[in-house]
Amino acid sequence: MTYLRAVLLVAGRDLRVELRSREQAVTLLFFALLVLVVFNFAFDFTVIDFVTLGPGVLWVAFIFSGVLAINRSFQIEREQDRIQGILMAPIDRSAFYLGKVAATVLFMAAVEAILVPVAVVMFNFRFSARIAFVILALILNTVGFAAVGTLFAAMTTSTRRAELLLPLLLFPAAVPVALAAVKTTTHLLAGHPFAAYSHWVGMSAAYDLIFLAAAVLLCDYVLED
Amino acid sequence: MAAASRDRTPAIEALGLAKRYGPLAAVDGIDLTVPGGQSVALLGANGAGKSTLLRLLATLFRPSGGRLRLFGNEAGRSDSGPLRRRIGFLSHQTFLYEHLTGRENLLFYARLYGLADPEGAAREAIAAAGLSHRQDDRVGSYSRGMQQRLAIARALLHRPELILLDEPFTGLDRESSSKLEERLRRERGSGRTSVMATHDPDQALRAADRVLVLRDGRLALDAPAHGLDAARLDALLRTSAATATGTP
Repeated sequence: MTYLRAVLLVAGRDLRVELRSREQAVTLLFFALLVLVVFNFAFDFTVIDFVTLGPGVLWVAFIFSGVLAINRSFQIEREQDRIQGILMAPIDRSAFYLGKVAATVLFMAAVEAILVPVAVVMFNFRFSARIAFVILALILNTVGFAAVGTLFAAMTTSTRRAELLLPLLLFPAAVPVALAAVKTTTHLLAGHPFAAYSHWVGMSAAYDLIFLAAAVLLCDYVLED
Repeated sequence: MAAASRDRTPAIEALGLAKRYGPLAAVDGIDLTVPGGQSVALLGANGAGKSTLLRLLATLFRPSGGRLRLFGNEAGRSDSGPLRRRIGFLSHQTFLYEHLTGRENLLFYARLYGLADPEGAAREAIAAAGLSHRQDDRVGSYSRGMQQRLAIARALLHRPELILLDEPFTGLDRESSSKLEERLRRERGSGRTSVMATHDPDQALRAADRVLVLRDGRLALDAPAHGLDAARLDALLRTSAATATGTP
């Protein structure tokens, strides 16, 4: 079993379980759409520029649906002690972690792919940013959030109050990536040149690398009793 | 015949093995040698340390103290992947995914263990569990007994030399229990080393060559099964339970 195959196997299993149960997809999507609807009623977007508030609204929806996705992902492993079945297998435990990160990124990306066009229509925004850059920015920050979220979920999964502990640990640690995500999206939607927000992109990339590398190195200890 | 039973290297060698959670010693300095091919029953009251000891042997927990060697190799290291390939673990929790079919569950584990022919191994294991007719049904639709049979198939899929069983009969009705017992008896005949935690002295005596009784994380009894009777074991367990709860 190669390392990459193990990563794909774990991610593929998560996707297959989700496709069968559809529990997570429905919850995530309705939650994220509800956030958009609430903000749409709360603010008058004929007065407030979408570029000022929109990125914050979108990332609130992405981040909270991401927390739901990560919680659900580890809840599956806690039920029937399935995580022990995985940890007994002769694979590198970091492959399990990366598989979980990959599945979470895909779930969040699916929500983002639906939510961004809905937001553009709902808030009557004239979208002129380069779509490829927006997609790259979304992926870069989603990976960072999924990396740190999955690490903390792995740390708390064997505790009795895992679902309570996860947001408590995750939100302070996710502040840098949330900040970079909102700032990058704001600059992109405003059509600013790359030089105006390149430092935020650099920050997101560094965050991704640091947390992915730290998690891979710490995985053995994190996933132990 | 499993490899460990052919050579003279013990399957399990524990020396002063301990697992502590703060001031609480769940397993407190156990010395144990299990030769290859032996079936061991592990008895003890709730909280005596049976499950913790099994998880230490399964390399799921890192020992707080002492040494553990499995098949002559140091266990509890971060590179214990190849060692885990030689161990099968079954508890009353099935480790199965209810939204996947029986075949998909076994296929997932077969691939996770890097088996050469995962499809063939899964098909063979399902047939051995007597579940071929339900292999394409979701596990969530199986009865508890069928799920446990599939869980055994999962635990034995990669043909482990050491099988660890943590109260595998919990929640099973009489018919499912006797089927499971029959399956384990066949496995015992194949020369695998096994360690099974159970609450039932009769079951322990039927299923094992050797009986261990744990009390407060320590070995209170280590004796061959043939010299024991269920009444004596039961009395010893009642004493252990009374000690654990503080009742006279």
